[in-house]
Amino acid sequence: MYAQLVETGAKRLKTMEEMSPEEREFQEKVDAETKIEPKNWMPEGYRKTLVRQISQHAHSEVVGMLPEGNWVTRAPTLKRKLQLMAKIQDEAGHGLYLYSAMETLGADRDEEIEKLHQGKAKYSSIFNYPTLNWADMGAVGWLVDGAAIVNQVVLQRTSYGPYSRAMVRICKEESFHQRQGYQILLDMMREGTEEQKAMVQDAINRLWWPALMMFGPHDDESPNSQQSMAWKIKRKSNDELRQMFIDQTIPQLEFLGCTAPDPDLKWNEETGHYDFGEINWQEFYDVLKGNGPCNRERINTRKKAIDEGAWVREAAVAYAKKQKQRAQAA
Amino acid sequence: MTQAEALKEYLLRLADSDMILGQRLCELCGKAPALEEEMALMNVALDLVGQARNWYEYAAELIDDGRDADKLAFRRDAHNYRNLLLTEQPNEDYAVTMGRQFFFDVWHYFTLKSLTESSDERIAGIAAKALKEATYHLRRSSEWVKRLGDGTEESHKRMQDAVDILWRFTGELITPDDTDRVMAEAGIGPDPDQLAKDWRGMVNEVLTQATLTPGAEDAWMYMGGKHGEHTEHLGFILAEMQFLQRAYPDATTW
Repeated sequence: MYAQLVETGAKRLKTMEEMSPEEREFQEKVDAETKIEPKNWMPEGYRKTLVRQISQHAHSEVVGMLPEGNWVTRAPTLKRKLQLMAKIQDEAGHGLYLYSAMETLGADRDEEIEKLHQGKAKYSSIFNYPTLNWADMGAVGWLVDGAAIVNQVVLQRTSYGPYSRAMVRICKEESFHQRQGYQILLDMMREGTEEQKAMVQDAINRLWWPALMMFGPHDDESPNSQQSMAWKIKRKSNDELRQMFIDQTIPQLEFLGCTAPDPDLKWNEETGHYDFGEINWQEFYDVLKGNGPCNRERINTRKKAIDEGAWVREAAVAYAKKQKQRAQAA
Repeated sequence: MTQAEALKEYLLRLADSDMILGQRLCELCGKAPALEEEMALMNVALDLVGQARNWYEYAAELIDDGRDADKLAFRRDAHNYRNLLLTEQPNEDYAVTMGRQFFFDVWHYFTLKSLTESSDERIAGIAAKALKEATYHLRRSSEWVKRLGDGTEESHKRMQDAVDILWRFTGELITPDDTDRVMAEAGIGPDPDQLAKDWRGMVNEVLTQATLTPGAEDAWMYMGGKHGEHTEHLGFILAEMQFLQRAYPDATTW
């Protein structure tokens, strides 16, 4: 999940009787699964919530390029280097695509990016963890993109049309990334040296819990979920999505011949799901507040890129203006 | 030098220049001045490394000593690398990045254009696909040189500085040596005189449009990359790029 703890501004759900005629008409449309389009009337809270969620998602794509950029210069083979480069390029594309979807809601890309740089906007907490060995490129693809897909597949049915369509396109590419990531790990586990196998297990040990945290807090700790679900921005709860992810991932983990760093993880015959241990929520909230291992580096890198690129963007604007004047004079 | 020796040497030059410039662009991941540029830089880098792979694969077949494309890319030391010195120069600011790209792209475009008519069919085939990519690269870097050169006062100064910094590495692009001559005579590689003329013509045209001043034609030129004598930068580039292959020499799969 690339958007966590999205604020909706709603303390509780309004009943149909409490809604204005416009609100009621809007809610009926949502309930009937009719997509909301940019020109349609929408409650201000719905618009703001979507701007927050889509911008968080876009920021996550962009910040998410950094942990991979950490290894793209050190990829071990031509094939792996090309794959990683293509993945990073896709992510830049997803970022652009999502910012465009966000702009259909009247938000401004530069303003939202400025909020990110000021530490006022969130992005997925997972990208505040470092990528420390090559197997992390496999584990990020498999677990992080995997967790993102579980969420995004559901978001293909989100009520806002442009966001829903963006998800359809993005999901296709993410699934491809996930398979590639898993293949990196599988190849090392099957044909690699002992050192390579140790890299894979180490990557899983470090990224396992942060990947589970991507789904956000427990449902009863997630005060904004109820409104988001009523508006059908969100379609499944955090805990439901997390369970789906665990259930589909454990067989893949076993197939790799690796283990998860969770002694409480076991199949539950009764529920038909895997039981798992409690997430370290203190760590989750610490990272969200800016106290993860790489929060400062990630934001500083992004801020520096945009700040130091100001003269480049100014030159492009000045040149375009000159060209326009020349065309008019000619 | 026999033609067969020259061909192997020539393929490594093509491959290594693509590879090293692609690597330099990879360093910019997450650091571009705009998200659109982030995408474009990675796109160009992807094209270059992809082309490098094609050249390496052909070179590996001809060298035929058990090394594959990956071994050629990740296990040769700097003195065996044959890339143009221009491609290993650091990113510095965006003017240097784009200036480096532009000087390279002009050379790359005319070289590939000529190689599409190479008497070596394999080369002609690889070049035909690569030329499409290089045409886009050149259009893009020309536009940026013009934007920066004819943009603001600051961008003009930075772009002119970039031209001045990089100029001494451009002589190597258009100064032929024995390998280049043997390739030209065999109808495999481009005619060196024509290549130099085309390169100068387009560089002058674009720089003029960009209100920039090219370096002198008789300026001192720093050369040696094509023979394995590099600037100090290449050693560090390879130390990073080849790290895993060097640290885990027993690993046969990744």
